[in-house]
Amino acid sequence: MPILEAVRLALTQLRVQKLKSFFTLLGVTIGVMFLIAVVSVVNGMARYVEQDFAGKFLGVNTFSLRKTPDINMGEMTEAQWKALQRRPPITAEDAYAVREALPAGARWAIQDLRWVNPTTRYVAGGPQVVAQAVTTDLFRIKDLAVQRGRLFNEQEAAIGSAVVVIGQAVAEEYFPGLDPIGRTLEMDRVPFEVIGVLEKQGSVFGLNLDRQVFGPFLSPMRRVTNARVNLYGVVVQGQNPAEQAVLQEVVRETMRRRHKLRPGQADDFALESSQSALTQWMSIKKYLVLAGVVLPAIGLVVGAIVIMNIMLVAVAERTREIGVRKSLGARRRDILAQFLAESTTLSVLGAALGVALGVGLARVVAMATPLPTGVALWSVWVSVGLGAGVGIVSGAYPASRAARLDPISALRQE
Amino acid sequence: MSAPHLDHGTEAEAPLSTTAERRAVVGTTGQTPGKEWVIVTRGLKREYDMGGEIVRALRGVDLAIRRNEYVAIMGPSGSGKSTLMNLIGCLDTPNGGEYWLNGQLVSQMSDDSLAHVRNREIGFVFQTFNLLPRSTALQNVELPLVYAGVPAAERKRRATEALEKVQLGARLTHRPNELSGGQRQRVAIARALVNDPAILLADEPTGNLDSNTSEEIMRVFENLASTGQTVVMVTHEPDIAAHARRVIVLRDGVIASDERREQFAARIQTQPAH
Repeated sequence: MPILEAVRLALTQLRVQKLKSFFTLLGVTIGVMFLIAVVSVVNGMARYVEQDFAGKFLGVNTFSLRKTPDINMGEMTEAQWKALQRRPPITAEDAYAVREALPAGARWAIQDLRWVNPTTRYVAGGPQVVAQAVTTDLFRIKDLAVQRGRLFNEQEAAIGSAVVVIGQAVAEEYFPGLDPIGRTLEMDRVPFEVIGVLEKQGSVFGLNLDRQVFGPFLSPMRRVTNARVNLYGVVVQGQNPAEQAVLQEVVRETMRRRHKLRPGQADDFALESSQSALTQWMSIKKYLVLAGVVLPAIGLVVGAIVIMNIMLVAVAERTREIGVRKSLGARRRDILAQFLAESTTLSVLGAALGVALGVGLARVVAMATPLPTGVALWSVWVSVGLGAGVGIVSGAYPASRAARLDPISALRQE
Repeated sequence: MSAPHLDHGTEAEAPLSTTAERRAVVGTTGQTPGKEWVIVTRGLKREYDMGGEIVRALRGVDLAIRRNEYVAIMGPSGSGKSTLMNLIGCLDTPNGGEYWLNGQLVSQMSDDSLAHVRNREIGFVFQTFNLLPRSTALQNVELPLVYAGVPAAERKRRATEALEKVQLGARLTHRPNELSGGQRQRVAIARALVNDPAILLADEPTGNLDSNTSEEIMRVFENLASTGQTVVMVTHEPDIAAHARRVIVLRDGVIASDERREQFAARIQTQPAH
């Protein structure tokens, strides 16, 4: 019997038993639905990290000198962690030495930060914000611009005026219904005058980029962020990736000299770039994708067991039909093909339904949560392939039982 | 005898094989019978192991049926007639002896080869019709052609023709539950004949039908027999068996008698059978 004939027969069989077929393919449908949805969330996050996060949050062609890597997604032993803590701090002197070593054209900025609870006279309490003590080029490196007011100028930076530029969320949360320009924001009881409100930036991984406050590095902000203990980072930007790489080596040599490291000794500081963040991300993405595949696989296994059961019932119910078909000349392989086609059609249909629902779910996730999603084409093919695989695997045993039935006793069955 | 419903009027009945001819073809063990012999069994044996106890259902059946014969196989229950029917129908294989069907030695064949033989050489008609309930009359009749690998268009044409031959041309898209018992059995007959088999093998074809419908089906059989179809019918009813031209009675796994209809009819009038 040709395969097409078997599939047609299977579809007829499904049409006459709609409800039963629906319940049968539920397991596969749910498995595939989550496969598609999870993979599209991971996929969307990947695109987000690789495009938005790397560019927006870390800056383009940018790297930071830090004491320890900020982004660390891998596992670390107690000893490794302690070794990181024992590293010498990054000091303002380091930052200036780096600036001296950099060629003309490279951008350089100090960025120190700490989570603080600011206060104003307009509200009682509010969410924590990231207080940052920075030098002026940081705004250019991170491509930050004001929506209202202005950024602090070189002069304010040089004399260390107590002025701040705040994010949109800070403006709304601490100056509700007010124009914050000219008003006072206190951090650690130090008053700062708000001179600008930044454009809206959105959030990265739940970190609201609009909940930041920037003040000149030489202002009292430096005390708010505890800059004396250790600088969060010295940010350097090249004009292109090649220049970034060169600058990175310049900074590395400068720091090794300052820390008096001998050749062969490992760096005792971190140079973190969007590339290094991406490398980290790629290593966790593998596990996310794996989880996105393994979890739905459980659904598929359940689906396979359900289909196998239903097919065993179908073989028992249709023993007589099998007998009739055999008496009319159906060979073993014809009966085998018939039931395999039926289980495969069933589960491929279930998978197709799951793809549709999974794409829908991904859309819902994208709308209802900050997680970006993007349906991966490969996951659709994998799903359909898995559907067919589940059908064949779960149909094999029932179908071979059907094919082996003795025609005489099959015909005799009531 | 005359059958008023025959399409082609009353034709001369094909001559029955004689006892001597049958002895001759059965006696030559191992040799391929002549082309005129559709069924030849030589010492056919079938035993079942029923939990350690050997039941000898057939103890050596010598049977020869020539092309165009219309034969009834009778016998009380336990006589082995069902076993013989299953063997003739290639649904089962014997433990001993030979079975030649249409010139092929089928007693040694594999499962798949037997399936092929059933498809091409045998048309089954069952007591319970055995139509697929969810398929239309046409789809049911097409089924043997599906397994024969006939393309869809030709399948439909031949199945329609077969249904027209049993006066069901107007019922092509009806499902079995929309048809009467007689109509169902006629669909089954159309299905049996659609692949142009060497024998039509009917197992109690009227067992589930009332007497009027039974007569109707018997007329269809007579019609087929008169147009040259070899028909083998297994039944336990003497008056149904009496429609055939030759009646074989099986008892205790061997052939007890093998007579012309007239002899059989005369005999059962004097000593009611079974």
